[in-house]
Amino acid sequence: MSRFGNLGARLYKGEVSYDFIGKAKTWYAVSAVLLLLSLGALVLSGLDFGIEFQGGAVFIADAPGGTVAQARDAVLGAGVDAIGEATVTKLGGDSIRVETLALDLPESTVVREALADALGIAPDEVQRQLVGPSWGGEITDKALTGLAVFIVLVSIYLAMTFEWKMALAAIVALVHDVTITAGIYALVGFEVTPATVVGLLTILGYSLYDTVVVFDKVRENTRNILGSNRWTFAQAANLAVNQTLVRSINTSIVALLPVLGLLVGGVFLVGAGALNDLALVLLVGMAVGAYSSIFIATPLLVQLKEREPAVRAQKARVEARQALVSPAAGATVTGRELPGAAGAAAVISRTRNVVPVGQRQQPKKVSRERRTTPPPKKRP
Amino acid sequence: MAAPPPSASHPGRTLTIFMLVVVALGGLMFTLDSTPTPNLGLDLEGGTSITLTATPTDGGEVTSEALQTAVEIIRSRVDGAGVAESEVTTQGSTTIVVAVPGVSPDALVELVGTTAELRFRQVLVAGPGFAIPTPPPVTGSPDPSASPGATTGATTAPATTDPPTTDPGTTLEPSSTPAALGGPRGSSVQSGIAGLAGLANGTTTSPATTSPAATTPATTAPTGSDSPSPTTSATTPPPADDPTGEAAAAAAYAELDCTDPANLQGGNSDDPAKALATCDAAGGTKYLLAPATVLGTDVADAFAGLPQTGVGDWQVNLEFNGDGADSFGAMTQELVVAPPPTNQFAIVLDGLVQSAPRVINAILDGRAQITGDFTQSEASELANVLKYGALPLRFETSDVTDVTATLGRDSLRAGLVAGLIGLALVLVYAMVYYRALGSVIVGSLGIAALITYIAVVLLSEWIGFTLTLAGIAGLIVAIGITADSFIIYFERIRDEIREGRTLRAAIEHGWLRARRTIIAADVVSLLSSVVLYIVSIGNVRGFAFALGLSTAVDLVVVFLFTKPLMTWFGKRQFFGEGSRWSGLSGDRLGGRNRPGGTPGPSSTRAARLARTTEEA
Repeated sequence: MSRFGNLGARLYKGEVSYDFIGKAKTWYAVSAVLLLLSLGALVLSGLDFGIEFQGGAVFIADAPGGTVAQARDAVLGAGVDAIGEATVTKLGGDSIRVETLALDLPESTVVREALADALGIAPDEVQRQLVGPSWGGEITDKALTGLAVFIVLVSIYLAMTFEWKMALAAIVALVHDVTITAGIYALVGFEVTPATVVGLLTILGYSLYDTVVVFDKVRENTRNILGSNRWTFAQAANLAVNQTLVRSINTSIVALLPVLGLLVGGVFLVGAGALNDLALVLLVGMAVGAYSSIFIATPLLVQLKEREPAVRAQKARVEARQALVSPAAGATVTGRELPGAAGAAAVISRTRNVVPVGQRQQPKKVSRERRTTPPPKKRP
Repeated sequence: MAAPPPSASHPGRTLTIFMLVVVALGGLMFTLDSTPTPNLGLDLEGGTSITLTATPTDGGEVTSEALQTAVEIIRSRVDGAGVAESEVTTQGSTTIVVAVPGVSPDALVELVGTTAELRFRQVLVAGPGFAIPTPPPVTGSPDPSASPGATTGATTAPATTDPPTTDPGTTLEPSSTPAALGGPRGSSVQSGIAGLAGLANGTTTSPATTSPAATTPATTAPTGSDSPSPTTSATTPPPADDPTGEAAAAAAYAELDCTDPANLQGGNSDDPAKALATCDAAGGTKYLLAPATVLGTDVADAFAGLPQTGVGDWQVNLEFNGDGADSFGAMTQELVVAPPPTNQFAIVLDGLVQSAPRVINAILDGRAQITGDFTQSEASELANVLKYGALPLRFETSDVTDVTATLGRDSLRAGLVAGLIGLALVLVYAMVYYRALGSVIVGSLGIAALITYIAVVLLSEWIGFTLTLAGIAGLIVAIGITADSFIIYFERIRDEIREGRTLRAAIEHGWLRARRTIIAADVVSLLSSVVLYIVSIGNVRGFAFALGLSTAVDLVVVFLFTKPLMTWFGKRQFFGEGSRWSGLSGDRLGGRNRPGGTPGPSSTRAARLARTTEEA
């Protein structure tokens, strides 16, 4: 912990800095490849929709000692023609799951009784689910409506709380997350159930949660930035990402731990089920969401901001000045650990950043002192 | 520099008040329910849920009124079937979910899924709603004066069977005595132009005061030549040639006992071409009805309103479409000259009589008014029934799920275990990473869990919230979101310490900044759950509700518990002085007293700032 804590401290101070913004093109490339793969998989192999989306019947029997073969024979021998092919699987515990094509009520009763008979249990101990073919479609339709409404509302909210460029960047990251998550589903061939849809919708909230935390820090770091010559917008944003890195990692870990619990509970205690589907999609989605809030949303925001003439002009000013102070530092804060003069630049900028409201009245004086007498290296 | 929040000065007071509120809520929970447990969904308790999706048959929209009427119909069917504690709810704009505890017989599933139909049938015989061995009474003499174009009720002779308490024929809205008898309201139907109303309906003919010595039913044949023959006596055995099934219906009528709930559950799809013996929805009156001459699909619109004259009670305006206007016109022409009670027609929904207004005059333009002493809600209710008929919804059984009690328990256990595992993992991580500070997370999560539990139980009691597996999953996922708020705050405090603030200052300043982030993030989370809850159907709703609830609880806890607790801790030595194990020690975080001893520039500033803060 202590090393991690120290890392947090050094990230915060800019002593250790990863250039998330400067390497934006790399991340974009990575994401572009992932997106292309996802879209390709979605188009070519498509999603594997569960019976909730196609219509069908599922029977789950809790029968210790029952075998898959017994269940299959019973179901196929029940004399119901509509049954088509039965998929019989053994779940965790003693449960056997039988999936068939759509049945009507009397047919399902016949099948249920045959199954119960073969497994030596009472018919009402067999769980039955009959799904009409349109049900999953409805769930999806509603979910898509919800998605649209949510995106509109949250864009308005973010645009009001932050600014519309942040809203746009956050929404792009959101779409990115959902697409990649869906793509992974198509690629790996996980089954899509209504629970998956639920999980996907949760990712929306979560992806934005992460992004909001980072953007909040960006906003703080870039307040009044146009009147300052210390930082470019990009550098301030990069510092924000670095400063919130430990937080992002922590929140992601803490968010994923319960999901892990769900996965454990789902797999070992109930077998395949809603818990499982939900946990899986959350696991994938949250991981992608954590990635995008750092690697996609913030660089995108910087790009959007740098389209503003004022931000560009300020950037040119700051870069000229930084080149003057420390040619080695270059336009952006680079390198893993900033040595010497570059460190000085970082520290100067940091101090600018951390000066609280009351102190901001005379920042120039502070920085001028700093410039003439660089502080000692901060290596412990 | 912003002033510290009030809790900074009185953390103890805030904490005490907060804890008292929590205890009070807990007490409330126990007074409502001595063994407080949330309502469990059928997927956890075992039972059957039937999801019905409405599709309009004429390509129109599914209105919420029509859906609500459908819910009422289905509810009465399920209640009539004697299933306890069943729930019928709408989800989204086109979905109805019926939840029945215990695995239900297939018959119930069939019953629930049947589409309710609206029909208009001439009343042949009406009587009190219990089985009488003697032939049912036929009341009254022909009403001679139902002339079209009559201007006031005075021209319309009151039905002879009117109870003496009523004063019919003198007002537009004759009063009646239906309530006591549980029958449909006294009401009559008239054209929109001729504003008058008499009174006659099932209730007025029904009481036991009616002479039981009356003749056999249906001797009072309507004069209409093409009307179904009501002359068949109930005593006649059902002949082979009984195309309208009237003899059989008459026999059934004699036997019919409307006090038996089974006869009030509806769902028996009545054949419009056959006569029908049935009860009114409340069970006070029973009817023998002619084959349907007008169908619900003939109704163009129906709405409750006040008379255009502005005088009088609420009424229901009824409009028929082209064909409907013709057949309704023909029916009213026939009925208007018929003797009571055959001058009444019954509005039959789902096999049960909703209202049986008497025809005052022939209505040929397809625009009728049903008057009676309706209240606004009664008029709306009847209008909805009619509108439902105007917009017949076809219900498709989208999903039928039987969950056995065993599997339900397994799911519940799995959900709880998953939750405990998740909680434990988070707590361990918090303790390892934040050390003593982790105990604040533990405490806060504990309080959050307690409040959430109380909220779930109270909401179970108050609004019938049921906890489903998806809901449990939502609560589990919310552990992470809740813990994230604390992490945001703690990291913020650490940042402040790194900038050289003292712990006490860092706790206050970190809060001011973390608060904004937490609110922004939680609002996004709340927004998503509210939108999901409103829009979605099925499991998504349960999940969204749980997530939204936990997010709200998170906000409450972090503002009223975690923050004051931190302030309070800040004043204690262990944390305040940044003990090595506190999770907030300055040297570990790179704040004050860095190794190397050289006070960094930020340290001096920190000291200065700390002073400023203390003064603030």
